[in-house]
Amino acid sequence: MRTATRCVLATLLMSLVGVGGLLAAESYEQKRRELMDEIRRDVQRTSREIGRAQLDDRVMEVMAKVPRHEFVPADQRPYAYRNRPLPIGYGQTISQPYIVAIMTDLLGLEEGDRVLEVGTGSGYQAAVLAAMKTDVYTMEIIPELGREVAERLERLGYKEINTRIGDGYYGWQEQAPFDGIIVTAAAAHIPPPLVRQLKPGGRMIIPVGGPFRVQQLTLVEKAATGEVTTRQLLPVAFVPLTGDH
Amino acid sequence: MPLRLAVSVLAAAAIGYEILLIRLFSIIQWHHFAFMVISLALLGYGASGTFLTLVSRRLGLDDLHRERRLGVAFMVSAALFSLLAVGAFALAQRVPFNPLEMAWDPRQFWRLWVVYLLLALPFFSAGTAIGLALMRARGKIHRVYRADLVGAGVGALGIVAILFVAPATTVLVLVGSLGLVAAGIAGLDRSLGVTRKWIPLFGIAAVLFVWIWPQSWLAPQPSEYKGLSKTMLVPATRILAEDSSPLGRLTVVASSRIPFRHAPGLSLAFPDELPEQLGLFTDGDSMSAIDLPGSGGEVSYLEYLPSALPYHLLDRPRVLILGAGGGGEISSALHHGVRRVDAVEFNPQVVRLVDGLFDNPEQSPYRRPGVRVHVEDARSFLARGRDLFELILVPPLDSSTVAAAGSQSASASFLYTVESFGEALSRLEQEGLLAVSRWLKVPPRDSLKLFATAVVALERSGVDAPAEHLAMIRSWSTVTLVVGRRPLAPRQLEALRTFSRERSFDLAFYPGIEQQETNRYNRLEAPYLAMGAEAILGADREEFYDRYKFNVRPATDDRPFFFNFFKWSVLPELLELRGRGGTPLVEWGYLIGVATLVQALVAAVVLILLPLGALGGAGQQAGGSVRVVVYFGALGLAFLMLEVVFIQKLTLFLGHPLYAVALVLAAFLVFAGLGSGSSAGLEQAMRRRARVLLGTELSAIEVSILSLAALSLTYLLLLPPVLRSAIQLPVFLKVPIALALLAPPAFLMGMPFPLGLARAADLKPVWVPWAWGINGSASVVSAALTPILAIHLGFGAVTTLAAALYLVAAASFRGLQKE
Repeated sequence: MRTATRCVLATLLMSLVGVGGLLAAESYEQKRRELMDEIRRDVQRTSREIGRAQLDDRVMEVMAKVPRHEFVPADQRPYAYRNRPLPIGYGQTISQPYIVAIMTDLLGLEEGDRVLEVGTGSGYQAAVLAAMKTDVYTMEIIPELGREVAERLERLGYKEINTRIGDGYYGWQEQAPFDGIIVTAAAAHIPPPLVRQLKPGGRMIIPVGGPFRVQQLTLVEKAATGEVTTRQLLPVAFVPLTGDH
Repeated sequence: MPLRLAVSVLAAAAIGYEILLIRLFSIIQWHHFAFMVISLALLGYGASGTFLTLVSRRLGLDDLHRERRLGVAFMVSAALFSLLAVGAFALAQRVPFNPLEMAWDPRQFWRLWVVYLLLALPFFSAGTAIGLALMRARGKIHRVYRADLVGAGVGALGIVAILFVAPATTVLVLVGSLGLVAAGIAGLDRSLGVTRKWIPLFGIAAVLFVWIWPQSWLAPQPSEYKGLSKTMLVPATRILAEDSSPLGRLTVVASSRIPFRHAPGLSLAFPDELPEQLGLFTDGDSMSAIDLPGSGGEVSYLEYLPSALPYHLLDRPRVLILGAGGGGEISSALHHGVRRVDAVEFNPQVVRLVDGLFDNPEQSPYRRPGVRVHVEDARSFLARGRDLFELILVPPLDSSTVAAAGSQSASASFLYTVESFGEALSRLEQEGLLAVSRWLKVPPRDSLKLFATAVVALERSGVDAPAEHLAMIRSWSTVTLVVGRRPLAPRQLEALRTFSRERSFDLAFYPGIEQQETNRYNRLEAPYLAMGAEAILGADREEFYDRYKFNVRPATDDRPFFFNFFKWSVLPELLELRGRGGTPLVEWGYLIGVATLVQALVAAVVLILLPLGALGGAGQQAGGSVRVVVYFGALGLAFLMLEVVFIQKLTLFLGHPLYAVALVLAAFLVFAGLGSGSSAGLEQAMRRRARVLLGTELSAIEVSILSLAALSLTYLLLLPPVLRSAIQLPVFLKVPIALALLAPPAFLMGMPFPLGLARAADLKPVWVPWAWGINGSASVVSAALTPILAIHLGFGAVTTLAAALYLVAAASFRGLQKE
């Protein structure tokens, strides 16, 4: 009898855990949908600064699928779908989803494009890029973080992402040139080797600012002629003079 | 006698701990918590007064015949200071407070509260002990008060001296152990009747105290987001040298596998590798690089930085560098063929540390032939010398991260003021140039404020057409402004265009610039810099300042807040934009100052005034007389205001805020203590003098306050020219001059409080704890309020306000006497 009771209790418990897991997954999905709605609204309001009324549908679809909660430490999961940067340890942060969406969109990638990320961080940006069906090469300078992320990406099924631990300044020569490059590691200047590894017509994005504060986005464009220009974009609809909207 | 000595030791320890906390906060977080430390120290003291009022009768401490009980209470409180000084710090370090997340996470505000209250505890216990000694003194209260103030004065100077020779961690336990020392000394006082056989135990405990704390509890744990913390996570990095002093903790790091490659704003046209570099960090952040020549790589990269512009406009000029730091600008000057460099660096440790890094000291940038080093503050140097230069350079000294975070917005800088630029211009040869570089913020803030500062400095020096003297270029991350003493020559403008074109730098302004020349290579959404420069030079300058959403009005010596770009009117918009990347546009240093003020207000009410209100009867009686509240409240507000004003004025005079803080605190404590000690004795004399001189009946309080108000306003007019004329003197002469200037107001400021307290005690003894509490609360609030007032109104207005508050106090006292 006692054994039977225990079995029933255990089964009940197991099913509760299972239901709990399902509920959690569902609630994460719900939160993710809400977050995407928020980003969509924000983008519309920032349309003038980022030069488009809405982001590429594919970017929005992908961001609605990639489970951001899997890329943050356990104690940060309750906040995973808030539109804010979160700490991930090692003095690093996972970027604000709104900024990730804009950076991904600004790269203007097509399916099958080759993209390099310098500064893997949590791996979230790489996952988003991979979900856009691009070939992703990502480099991280902090070995512990790089190993953690490689395991995480593997576990989450992003097996096609190529990870490497090392100095991103010289890019990934064997796989160059790239259609897009994203440099999330702090840089006092734009690394010339990375510019060289950019295909003509390719784009490089560098978020500028401190932790928790992406101040501006530097977009480096290489024309078909090889001429390089940079643009400083505010990720936000902000006109510095009053009465000038 | 031993009790008074114990009071002195404890007072020295408490103020030493206060200054030490400011230092530790700079190492762990960033330096904008200084005013919070002052406020929490005052809170601890104020709350202790309330606490004593509430419990003294219950514990029988107000009974003078129970000396022993009072003695034991003193010793316990003093010993608790020891425990809490180290314990509260260790606990506060474990609070996961991250100021960078304050914009996103409301929990950070609660954590800041916990830190604030934890660190107020040591001051609470020291305040309780000193309060007990004051209670016991009764008739000799002025002697104990003097012991307290003189001890604190010695502590303020002593801590600065000791921080030069010992690391902050060691100083923390040493300062902490002084509580036990004070407890032991108090036990020697026969009149307390404490069993003396226990006394040696305090000595032993004090010695053991220094050793028992685990290093992991004491060592400052810097924020993981600081540059040094992040750098040390990179493989094969190691600390080569470290040095610590009250001016900062310096760390030199070598990274053998992954080079630093620090070249702010480097042109994409630079074809080669950068040379090997070492990283020099100040308080774990604000990295500058030290090039290692001959290590491979090309120092020719220096030609590809925007800051190299002036070398293309002048022919091998004689250079003055204001803020030489790691020596990068010296190397750049020498690389550009300059024969003579005068390098000014205010921190002697930096020079020593850089020199020590090279096997052959001749390789150090500071020792290279043609380089003269001046270890002093930039403004002192400008005011002091007579030599003229062809080029004066001001490199950016803060890190890009610090600049981006806006965390400096509440801190004063006398380098970027109109007066400072004016002095620099006056030290230029006729053909000379002043060149200032800063990180570029988007939308522009520093850069436009620099431009505006230069324009006003030129105008004040009598230039009719400042536009002819100015040029500004930018890379994607830095800006360089060039200001000529004379109009820029056509060949210089040609060189400017060539230099910028070859390196893909953008022209932001030069005389005669065409719109299509701007915003070509590193494109902003609109040519903000060019537009701003034009507006500042035009007739609608004021309108532009008002319409621009950041404060880009030039800073002056009266309002030296160059880094404050904050405007309240824009805050709602920025907060609304938070989700869309608007957070970095908010200047957080300023808002932390406001948060500190709110925190101070709430803490003062909850911890000092409400408990006093719980006294019931006393509260009602005191509430009946608003005059007591006004008198002691105005004194508390005004005292701190004048103290902060003097700290700022002397920062420029003495060359560093730390020296000014230590000297002003020490002088105010000692002279106010002397004033307070003499107040009773001088009372009759002052009344008599007033009757003879003014033919009217004035109390000593009124005499002291009126003199003080008159003196404050006189200082307002006379202090700047006096200090300016003496700024060139050596430090050993400047210190006595500063003391002589501080003595009269501080002496007078020491008088109204004890005289008023004595008067209140005569009228209604129950007012005394209220007077104490209200004064304490007002001081807590004033410490946080004054910096904010200074940002908005300037130090001159703050001085006037303090004088007015003293007059309000005098008027309210007159009314009180009549009641």
